[in-house]
Amino acid sequence: MLSQRQLALVLIAPGLFLVAALFLYPLVFSLISAFTRPDGSFTLEWFAKAYELYSGDIVFTIVIVLASCVLTAVAAIVIAGTLTLGENPWIVGTLKALYRWPLFIPFIVAAQCMRTFLAKNGLMNNTFVSLGLMEPLSAISFLDWRGIIATFVWKQTPFVALLLAGALASIDRATLEAGRNLGASRARVMLELALPQVMPTLLVALVLSFVTMLSVLSVPMMVAGSQPTMLTVDMAFRINAYGDYATANALGVITYLISAGAAIIYLKRGMNQEATS
Amino acid sequence: MIRLASTARAALAAALLTAFAFVLIGPLANLALWSVAERWYTPYKLPVSYGTRYWEQVFRPSGDAMASLGTSVWIAVLTVIVALALSIPAGYALARLKLPMRSLFMVMFLLPQAFPSVAIYINVARTFYQLGINGTVFAVVLVHAAHGLVYSVWIAAAAFAAVDKDLELAARNIGASPMRTFATVTLPLAMPGIIASGIFVFLESLDEFTGTFFVGVPQVITLPLLLYNAAMGGNYQVASITALILLVPSVLFMLFIERFLRADVLAKVGA
Repeated sequence: MLSQRQLALVLIAPGLFLVAALFLYPLVFSLISAFTRPDGSFTLEWFAKAYELYSGDIVFTIVIVLASCVLTAVAAIVIAGTLTLGENPWIVGTLKALYRWPLFIPFIVAAQCMRTFLAKNGLMNNTFVSLGLMEPLSAISFLDWRGIIATFVWKQTPFVALLLAGALASIDRATLEAGRNLGASRARVMLELALPQVMPTLLVALVLSFVTMLSVLSVPMMVAGSQPTMLTVDMAFRINAYGDYATANALGVITYLISAGAAIIYLKRGMNQEATS
Repeated sequence: MIRLASTARAALAAALLTAFAFVLIGPLANLALWSVAERWYTPYKLPVSYGTRYWEQVFRPSGDAMASLGTSVWIAVLTVIVALALSIPAGYALARLKLPMRSLFMVMFLLPQAFPSVAIYINVARTFYQLGINGTVFAVVLVHAAHGLVYSVWIAAAAFAAVDKDLELAARNIGASPMRTFATVTLPLAMPGIIASGIFVFLESLDEFTGTFFVGVPQVITLPLLLYNAAMGGNYQVASITALILLVPSVLFMLFIERFLRADVLAKVGA
């Protein structure tokens, strides 16, 4: 007869095996491939090659992901703050009904939406021209880095706002009411009283969004076709065009490093929560 | 004076809300317009002629889209079966049994979602290629299941943890075997949460692009890959219609999720 511990390990083993085979093994494989020559000796030449060919794209990727996270945070704070502290029931109700829509929309659908909406002759420019806000000749396409950022912010804001609004709903209302009674504006109550209390939730949501944006292949491929582009597209190109796994894996290790800082914060928080619950 | 200020505030709020609605709905409206536009070119601000020609093309029984829809649903169903078969025992072990290094195991299931996945998928594809299973439904299902496990395991663990232990003890006291207690008491009570996790995994699989792009090509063409091919080939109508098909389950899910994922289960996710 199995002991309870042995039974538990037997029950969890098949799931762990799948994760080990399809995540840990390829992860180790990508690390080895990035640091070794075909004969198995240690080398950094793939990183030199990756840097030489794609240093611009490395910077481009970091700037896009950081900018998207900052803009997502600002938008989510405004939305969650309005939902929590808003006094006009009509505005709060409308916002509540609207803001969640992109939450479950797949990235590839969001990319196709933005591909048409932000194009030179897309619905956005057409609306501005029709309203007389813009001359037809000054219409430009936003299908470059701006399009990628817009798509990421559009897609991720509901997720961050949802978690943030949930956290805000569970903090003590009395402090916020006291702040309002003492004459602080709603913006000030939000930024100085409410936000510090829900900062951990905001950070976790942003870290998750950060890693998600680093992983998405469809958005940079579909929204901004040409150079410069994000590292995900470069990796796919190295594989599909040259079968060059070494350089692609070196670029992969660079994306791990970019997300490493973010992931460490996330895992640390996860562990802390486990320790306290 | 105060009245004027409050009117100005209300007008400003209304303007901001309108701008927000435009940003949110505009891209979706553009997608819907493209799906019924038979001809649309510069400098026309709206489609030149409307029609359902492309819808008929997409929904023709022999069309690519119907085949892709079938492939996508088939893969998603298999993914749910694999993920649940692995996560029901794992979730039960994590929630109810004494498990050494429990938090490490919880994090293990999270890792595939916490890493940039493209570099992982290219190496999975290389291994699958050597094994000769690249481009098969089986390979795509494995990749989707590994990715979906974090949802199914974490939610299953939370669902089992939310089941009242006294009910299990009562069943045991009146003579039910451990297996029978699990099958007739614990599992039925955890079922709403497990169904919710299954829906999550189903949707993740249906929407998944990156893994299928590397592991499924060229034989397995799911709806997201069809969308991508159509969009890159410049066929905006087919791409938009495919995108709208992909939106249906997402919207249904958003409307009904709260019925399955109860607050008491949600509170235990990740705990």
